[in-house]
Amino acid sequence: MSTETKPTETKVSETTIKPASRGGSWRERLQQLMALAGLVLIFAVFSVASPLIFPSYSNVTTILFSTTVVGLLALAETLIIITSGIDLSVGTVMTLAAVMSATFIVNWHIPVWLGILMTILFGGLIGLINGFNVAILRLPPFIATLAMMLVAQGLALVISNARPIYFDAKEHARYIWLSTGSIIPGTRFPNAVIVLALAAVVAFILLNKTLLGRYDISIGSNEEATALSGINTKKWLIIIYAVAGLFVGLAAIMISARLGSAQPATGLGYELQAIAAVVIGGTSLSGGKGTIVGTIIGALIISVINNGLQIMSVRQEWQNVILGLVILVVVFIDQLRARRAATT
Amino acid sequence: MRKISMGLVALGATVSMALAACSSGAPAGGSAPASSGQKPYIAIVSKGFQHQFWQAVKQGAEQQAAKDGVTITFEGPATESEVEAQMTMLTNALAKKPAALGFAALDSRAAAPVLQQFKDANIPVVAFDSGVDSDIPVTTAATNNKAAAGEAAKHMCKLIGGSGTVGVMVHDQTSKTGQDRRDGFLEGMKANCPNAKVLEPQYGKGDPNISADIASSIIEANKDLKGIFLANEGTAIGGIKATQQKGMSGKIVLIGFDSGNDQINAINDGTMAGAITQNPVGIGEQVVAAAVKTLHGEPVPKVIDTGFYWYDKSNINDQKIQAVLYK
Repeated sequence: MSTETKPTETKVSETTIKPASRGGSWRERLQQLMALAGLVLIFAVFSVASPLIFPSYSNVTTILFSTTVVGLLALAETLIIITSGIDLSVGTVMTLAAVMSATFIVNWHIPVWLGILMTILFGGLIGLINGFNVAILRLPPFIATLAMMLVAQGLALVISNARPIYFDAKEHARYIWLSTGSIIPGTRFPNAVIVLALAAVVAFILLNKTLLGRYDISIGSNEEATALSGINTKKWLIIIYAVAGLFVGLAAIMISARLGSAQPATGLGYELQAIAAVVIGGTSLSGGKGTIVGTIIGALIISVINNGLQIMSVRQEWQNVILGLVILVVVFIDQLRARRAATT
Repeated sequence: MRKISMGLVALGATVSMALAACSSGAPAGGSAPASSGQKPYIAIVSKGFQHQFWQAVKQGAEQQAAKDGVTITFEGPATESEVEAQMTMLTNALAKKPAALGFAALDSRAAAPVLQQFKDANIPVVAFDSGVDSDIPVTTAATNNKAAAGEAAKHMCKLIGGSGTVGVMVHDQTSKTGQDRRDGFLEGMKANCPNAKVLEPQYGKGDPNISADIASSIIEANKDLKGIFLANEGTAIGGIKATQQKGMSGKIVLIGFDSGNDQINAINDGTMAGAITQNPVGIGEQVVAAAVKTLHGEPVPKVIDTGFYWYDKSNINDQKIQAVLYK
């Protein structure tokens, strides 16, 4: 982990990172408050519109459950967008990893726990390749991950022979339980939500309490300056992409456990949902700032809007229009404040 | 640096040529144009290839091709919204000078100019799955989706006892199959049980995960929900998973479309009341058979109805049904 000499590292963290976090800290907090206020407001509107159904316990668990897959992908996306990169491959890599998981567990009869571990590591491996392409081959992240998006989509179909791979409801009951089961007896509270919460805590610690998080922000603020101050930015970029890949691997397990199968034809479109969640949560696409709490709030806003409009039986065409408008408004307000902060 | 990148380009080119060689050799007997062999070559451009349904159509086409002594290729775009990718496949197929073309249009109007080129080159076109808005195809082999969904509505009405709230979930609002199944079901409900309250149709892109979210919302929003119609396989998987997760198996009448492992299991364990199946293998067979007939100068009917069946627990093991189901 620490091939750099200690003194350089501490110096860097003081010179390059402080300005970013000082400039960001109150604004970030405000941003989170704004996003949270937005979430509360939207929730309140739907609760008034549908007081009996929308805020009920079972509907709220439905909302949380539907947040898990996009939420996990958004965690990965947050780490990468903070480097001022982007990852277009998270959706189809999730699908490919799900196919791998089913291949390991169903076709190769590897024990469930080991298959899960291997799937998460597989996600990390793809992330590592993305990181290598971005950091060493110097491909723009947009292009590198666009290519990976296509490669993963194709490989998922090739490996699965373009057919879904089904887990056995009895033999792999514990795998399916991971997502749809409930560790809290008698509540029907899906485990997937707990997995997302734990993953968010891990991502929060990574971003806020570790070198990875500090360098993530530092690279995103100014990659050249970070490199000049003695940090091996290439190495850290690769590590960040690989760690993000681990979250994608976890998302693969959650989606395939929920469906009891790996569905090789899906995956496209999830990356845009994840990016939308990250952006709504206040992470800047130009890099250098972003929060895990914001991302989770962003993912929740998306699923609350989807669920609320469905509960109210709004025509689906309009659901997309409304979601799009919310993204526009949220990002516009964010830009407005950033500009005001820059001029003062 | 330049040397390295030249090397990479060369490597890339080699790999892609090797891959191209592999993939073109894969489908039944290769894709050699008619000129190079005695066997007539029929190009089939489908709406997709990765869903189970299209794999079954492909299987039927390959079986018939082996029987009739023709070679075929079968390809389709990655998703059923890639109209332009399908156009490219059509132009590529034209360049290979096939003896005949089998074609399932994503957007029949968009395809019209290219189809005209096929006509000008005297290459007969057999449409399948959904109709083409033109008189160029010599015939269309397809399921009557509207009638099939109407049959689903008839069963829904019977199973819910003529009244109650019913949800409708469709894969998309733009494809002809999506529209026909939706409209067929809605009209069927109106005709058979006008007292039932049918909810606004919801669209889950045929993605099981998204469809599961939507189905969960429908179940939450309608405590008096009696049934849901699920208009294709991916939608049905989502509906089944949501119903099971909510502990509502058997309490809601689920009616599906097509088959696949999940629907078959759900019908066997009582989560799903029944489903409509098309005859995908039969569609594939009919496409090739009609093309071959046309090549021999034999007449073919303007429309070939490839049929559909209602299946549930009582007849799922019948031979007639088993023959058209896929896992």
